[in-house]
Amino acid sequence: MNKEQFTNALRERLSALPKQEVEERIDFFCEMIDDRVEDGLTEEMAVKDIGSVDEIALQIADEIPLPKIISNKIKGTRKRKAWEIVFLAVGFPIWGALLISALAVIFSLYASLWAIVASLWSCDIAFALSAPLGVVVGITSMLSGDMSTAFVLIGAGITLAGISIFFFFACKIATRGMVLLTKKTLSAIKRCFVRKDK
Amino acid sequence: MDIQLKRGLLDICVLRAIKNEDSYGYKIIKDMKPYIEMSESTLYTILKRLELAKMLTVRTSEHDGRLRKYYHITKLGLDRIEEFKNEWREVMTIYQFVIKEDEE
Repeated sequence: MNKEQFTNALRERLSALPKQEVEERIDFFCEMIDDRVEDGLTEEMAVKDIGSVDEIALQIADEIPLPKIISNKIKGTRKRKAWEIVFLAVGFPIWGALLISALAVIFSLYASLWAIVASLWSCDIAFALSAPLGVVVGITSMLSGDMSTAFVLIGAGITLAGISIFFFFACKIATRGMVLLTKKTLSAIKRCFVRKDK
Repeated sequence: MDIQLKRGLLDICVLRAIKNEDSYGYKIIKDMKPYIEMSESTLYTILKRLELAKMLTVRTSEHDGRLRKYYHITKLGLDRIEEFKNEWREVMTIYQFVIKEDEE
């Protein structure tokens, strides 16, 4: 594969992505190839050195922010025909409603996952706050002579402190899991914009 | 190596590679090769990030009938290297302590 074939293959795979972002990166790779050639490599060897087109295409897609990709998609690259515009406008009550509800369903699923994480954290905070309270109230009952209540309260306080520490790590794992899931989903969405090799 | 740690180290390495004189993509990768390997796309991302953070500036110059981008370190970039050196003095102290334990 020579330089031209390499850049054409990249352009082909990334044609659905914002043109300016893609061209900037292709220029960068071209400079790298030219410099290798200047260093004594053949063009084919230089291209091989850079890596496989598919891998590079996926990496580039991963680096471009999703909002940019979507706004580029909406703007479109070709002019729409008059009948298409009429069709889109007339059909809006139907496809618009469907699109909005589909987005709402996806968003609510995602929000409910975060809600679980938030409720885990609030449980943990409740445990952590009740722990010292139990100990303090326990000590006051001890001073007022009610020994059995005092021991129950202090015991409960210490137990809650222990639980809150374990729970803290569980919450951290859940949060990290959600962040990872978000990242993976975003990356998977972006990969849909990269064309497969024919 | 931990991904976050490696990311931070690569930033510093790139800044170091352009510290003494302006450099270009391929030369940066070649200069870093004996110390740390990195791919072209990684370098691109790092250069973009450092440019956004105003730690370097970019100029395009003609070279041998084609265009080549040269990267120039800024005051902020130089400060970042100094900051890194100070941070890592502490890390090295801790490292000395850790390996001393291994030798015992």
